This record gives sequence, structure tokens and C-alpha cells, in this order.
Amino acid sequence: MGLISFLKEKFHKKEKDKEVVKYTEGLEKSRKNFSNRLHNLSRRYQSVNQEYFEELEQILIESDIGINLVLRIIDEVLEISKKENIKDPEKINEVLVDRMFIGYAEKGDVVNELSFKEGTPTVVLVVGVNGVGKTTTIAKLAYRYKQKGKRVLLVAGDTFRAGATEQLKVWADRLNIDIVVGKNEQDPASVAYDGVYKGAREGYDLLIVDTAGRLQTKANLMAELSKIKRVIGKEIEGAPQETFLIIDATTGQNGVVQAKAFSEVTNLTGVIVTKMDGTSKGGIILAIRDELGVPVRFIGLGEKMEDLTEFDLDKYLYGLCVEEE
Amino acid sequence: MAFESLSDKLQGIFKKIRGQARLTESNMEDMLKEIRVALLESDVNYRVVKEFTNSVKEKALGQEVLLKVNPSQMLVKIVHDELVELLGSDDSELHLQNNRPTVILMVGLQGSGKTTTTGKLAHLLKYKMHKKVLLAAADVYRPAAIDQLNTLAKSVGVDIVNMGTSVSPVKISEVARQKAFDEHYDVLIIDTAGRLQIDEALMDELNQIKDKVSPDEILLLVDAMAGQDAVNVANAFNDKLALTGIVMSKLDGDARGGAALSIKHMTGVPIKFSGVGEKITDLDIFHPDRMADRILGMGDVVTLVEKVQEEMDEKEARKSVNKMMSGRFDLEDMIEQMRKVQKMGSLGGLLKLIPGMPRISEEQQAAGEKEMRNFETIVNSMTPEERHNPDILKYSRKQRISNGSGKSLADINRMLKKFEQMKQMMKQMEQYRKSGKMPPGGLGGMGFPGM
Repeated sequence: MGLISFLKEKFHKKEKDKEVVKYTEGLEKSRKNFSNRLHNLSRRYQSVNQEYFEELEQILIESDIGINLVLRIIDEVLEISKKENIKDPEKINEVLVDRMFIGYAEKGDVVNELSFKEGTPTVVLVVGVNGVGKTTTIAKLAYRYKQKGKRVLLVAGDTFRAGATEQLKVWADRLNIDIVVGKNEQDPASVAYDGVYKGAREGYDLLIVDTAGRLQTKANLMAELSKIKRVIGKEIEGAPQETFLIIDATTGQNGVVQAKAFSEVTNLTGVIVTKMDGTSKGGIILAIRDELGVPVRFIGLGEKMEDLTEFDLDKYLYGLCVEEE
Repeated sequence: MAFESLSDKLQGIFKKIRGQARLTESNMEDMLKEIRVALLESDVNYRVVKEFTNSVKEKALGQEVLLKVNPSQMLVKIVHDELVELLGSDDSELHLQNNRPTVILMVGLQGSGKTTTTGKLAHLLKYKMHKKVLLAAADVYRPAAIDQLNTLAKSVGVDIVNMGTSVSPVKISEVARQKAFDEHYDVLIIDTAGRLQIDEALMDELNQIKDKVSPDEILLLVDAMAGQDAVNVANAFNDKLALTGIVMSKLDGDARGGAALSIKHMTGVPIKFSGVGEKITDLDIFHPDRMADRILGMGDVVTLVEKVQEEMDEKEARKSVNKMMSGRFDLEDMIEQMRKVQKMGSLGGLLKLIPGMPRISEEQQAAGEKEMRNFETIVNSMTPEERHNPDILKYSRKQRISNGSGKSLADINRMLKKFEQMKQMMKQMEQYRKSGKMPPGGLGGMGFPGM
């Protein structure tokens, strides 16, 4: 039994499961594109030939998975199909999903949720390029862990973009969560210091530090990030325990370059993909995992506070590849 | 992982087919494959890549290879020209009205840079085109978006219609339009909330705004980092609103920006501006040839030359060149030269524009810039006499300068050594000039620190 049938079986049984429904609904646009096309493709061909693989290649590339990884996946699928003499397009598609799943999973186990230790706040540093949705995602993360009964403190470390601090403040007010803000254009590292100082002494469980969006090519701004990280580590040992890179689902091949550059200065522990409710497939996360091993931890599926869910490879692939019935 | 530039790759393939005089189907096949990969790595849409490589192939087949260039260079040129043609347009300027306010509507996905670009556009219209600009804050959804635009309006020094978040964007736009007409503004720019192209309610809202204010320009913001889906986004916005232009944002990063090509090709909407930095002045008119170079990873020589020209006052430059040549080059001249280089933008940014230079690491660049600052600090602690005649610097003067600048004696000596090298170079150049020959290697290696 191919993996995809296994997944189907696994999830059909709990179709009503709220998380799965959220996934399939949220990913509907992506799914329609990807799986419909995959499905239509297999219906148009009696048996696979070179043309079929070319079309498969197109579907994968248009999901932003990236040409190099795509060529490799296709090669692997070709090889397996030859070895096992598979000609049926439906079966080939299963092999394809298998390969994607295994390629991702063999990079190691992932625990998505944050972990907490009595007496020491967990510090999450949030980084990324401009306009990917850092501030909104921070609000969603804060909401998520407040719901779980954690005492959360936000640190408004984006002192650069006009209105950024106000934006985070609005969220803090709405969620009734404490926030540390600096003055405009104050050194973000010193705001981060104020934040962890307060967080360490007043018994918070979770500190989430916002940073200004920065393109990975700006050496000074990247140096600033490693300074922020150092400052946090000086005040709370081992912190930040998590550094999340926020990536917009619409991002193309530059996403891998971003992940590489940010992990060089901050040691990334995870990726959060935002705007997955659009038509983009976010395939770049597969390339990031492939090149750097950094896993996706959460995905943003909408504008509401609860629209941030744990990333689950099974569900992601299920959402992408389930057939319309 | 900076992608290897296409010209490097093609050069490698070419080695195998050296000596062939014509581009043929068989000797082009590998090269076309590389072109395809390069375009896909640059996020050019799959379908566009397919059409594009086919048309390049047609154009190239049977082309006589010019004597001085090799087939790979020839092919790069064909690809480049084809890209420029596809990216370009005769219609890349704003349609500004003369006898009534021009209304510009900014639209796009979340995070594509609408609000920032609105501020930059206001700055450009006000200071370069001397227009009276009014902004309208119609993004009532994202928290603090209005605060952000308010801050930008203040820093540019333009008026803004700000009605808070409880009024509908359609209403805000109407009121702003009325104000623009009543109070004789030249341009009104309406900043709208980011939205997904599949969000029907919000797309309808844009249509209503369009009906009420009849904009002269509807500009779609597209992120330079956008992937394959950018085409679908642009198509949807274009179908719904009939766009008049595209603005590429975040081109100051290292994304290749292939989406620009895809969108232009699929929608035909002209690209009018590109956002190239975080400062309010960082909005450029779109240059198709530079974008083509960028997509191909070939560096941007023209921009470099222009930047240099902009920042160097010609007269002043001639003065200092004369001074250099006559051997009267002193420390102040050296710092002056360095300042000019710094003014052109960071050294790193400049180096990236030069083809064949990408192998200098970020650290090396940063070190070079740091050295420049060190030199400046040291010179600032000198008396005018010392600056003009560094030969008088002996131990006690150096000690004083060291105390004043906080730099070590070794730092000071290193700077003086560099200065001597530069001076030496100037003298040599003068001799070359007199003898009518150019030094080997041109003006390169002029000895800017760290290079």
C-alpha cells in the first residue's frame, strides 16, 4: 500500500477532526490547484511516458519547490517506476507523494509545540524579511499559548518601521497581554534587553521578541540580529530557545537564500509559513527542509487569531494531495 | 546560496563546443537547458520559461557567430536582448493630469509594500516633480497601518486624509477625492489594505473604490521575492481592476525578481517603478535592461556608473584629480575620496553591481567599510597642518592623535602606509598620463582600503 493510501485511510476515519477540517479548508485553494491537476493528469494518460513526467515536473515547479529539488524527485520517481515497472499514472502519483514525504521525514523528528521549563521563561525570537507577517504571526502565537494558560510577554523589537510598535500594541491590548515597548528608533537590542529583564523577574512563561523586517543582504541589520540574540542570552541562559523564521507562502526561490542567511546569524529552530490560505503552495518549505534541515513548525491559514496551526507533514500532504470525490 | 550566474554556466558548457562557428540545434541544447534552469531559479513562471526558451532558440538558430565573441556570449546576448524587449514598454510613465488631480490607487497582497511605496511615491512626486500631494489612508484592516502612513506623510511633508478605522475604505476614498479636487492637489494616492486576489468581498471593495474615484493609475505592488504564483495574482487583479502599472518592491535584496518577467509577459501591464531600499528616496524608475541583467545574474554596471555620476560633482572631481596628479594629494583628499565612495551607498552594495566581483564575502566588505571609518576618525583628530603634510607626524604627534581618536599607534601607521600607497599610485598614473599610456589594469586597484 502506497503512503498516500495509508494517509487517506488514516484521515478519512476522522474527517470531522477539527484540525483536519481546518487544514483542508485552509489549503483548499492550494489543494485544488495541486491535486486537481495531479488527478487530471493521471486521467489523461493511459500509461506514463516522458511527456507525463514533464507535466509532473511543471506541477511541482509551479508549487515553488524549486527546479533542483524537483529534478531530483522526478529522477527518483522515474527510477522507482522503472525498477518496479509501474506504468499506471495513479500509482506513479502515489510514488511521488511517497518520495516527498520520505525526503522530508528522513531529516529527523520534529516537535512543533514550544517546550517550557519551570522557572525559566521560554524566549522566542521572530525574524524574517519585510512584509511576511511577523507581527501578525506573533499575535497568533501569543494567543495560542495564552489559551494554553501561559503568561505571555511581547517585546516590540521593531523600532524601525513606522507603526510597527503600534501594530503590536493593538494586538497586545486586544489579547490582554503585557508588552514591552521602546522609544522610536531606540536600539532594538536594548528593547530586547528591557524585555528579557522584565520577563525573567516577573514570572512570565513565554517571551516573544518581534524584530524589524530585514533583507538578508543587509550586513549591518543582520549583525544587529546577532547582537539581539546575544543580549537575550546574557540575561537568560540558553535563550532564545527558539528562533523562528517567518516565510510568506508566496515566496519563490529566494526563500532558501533567506533561510540560509538567517540561520547563519541566529541558528534557526523552525519556520512559520504565513498566508497559506492564498493560492500559493508554499513549496519552498520543502526546499528549505531539504537544503538546511530546518523544519516548518506552524502555518498561518487566515487572518483570524486562531488561524495558526501546528504544521503536520501528514496533514499538509493530505491537504495537498487528496482527490476531489 | 547565491546562484551561479548564467554567463558563468554557459561559459563552462561552451568549453566543450569551442571552435564551432554557428549556433546549431545540437550545440545549443545544453546551453538552452542551462538558460531554462537559470530562469526557473529566478522564479520566472514555468509557462513563460517554456515560451521564452523556444523563441530564443528560434532567434539563435543559424546565427553567424561574430568573430570576436564565442557562441555562449552570443547566446547570452540574444537572451539578454529578448529579456529587455519583453520587460520593456513604451508606457512606463505615470499618466499625470494637467488640469485636475491625478488619482493613484495602490493595490496588492498583504506585505507587498503598498504603504511604504505610497510614502516613497509621495516623496518622488513632491521633490522630483514638484507636485502637491495628498495621501488617503484607506487600509482600515491591518492594525496601525494608518499610523504608519501618518508617520510617512509627516516625514515627507504631505497632507493626509485620515478618518480612522471605523469608516469604510470606499467612503474614505470618496472624501479624499473630493478634498483633492476642492483644494487643488496635483496628485492623490490612495493606500488600500493588502488582500488575497481570491477574497471576493475585498476585491469587490476595490472595485467600488475604483467606481467612486475613477483612478488614473491603478498600481499593483509585486514583491521581488514572489514565486510562481505571482502570475496568477497579477492576472486576477488585472481581470478585476484593469491595472495600469506594476511596482516591483524589495529589489534591494538578492532575489532575482523573475516574477517581473512573468507578469509583464502574461498581462502586458507595464512595470513602472522599482523599490530599491528602505529609505524614503529609494524608489526608481524601472529599467528593463537592468532587470534583464539581474535575472541573468550579470551584475548591474549601468546603475553603478549612474550612481557614481550622481554623487560625484564633476568640477570637484576634476579638482581633486588634478591635485592627485600633481602629487599634492594629502590626507584630506584621501578622506574626501573615501567619503564619496561611502556616499554612493555601502561598498557592499556597489561591489555587487560589478560583474565578476561577487566572490567578495560580506565579512570582507564589512571590514573594508570599517577600515574607512577608522581612517576618518584618525584624520579627524589631526590638525590641518598634519593633514596637509603627514610627513611631520612623529612619535609625539602620533601619540596625541592616538589619544584623541581612541585608535592605536598601529592603526595610525597602517593608515599612513595606505596613504603612501595611494600617493605612489597617483604619481605613477601621472607618469602614465604624460607618456600617453594607461597603466596596466586601468584604474582598478586604486587602493581603496579593503578592496
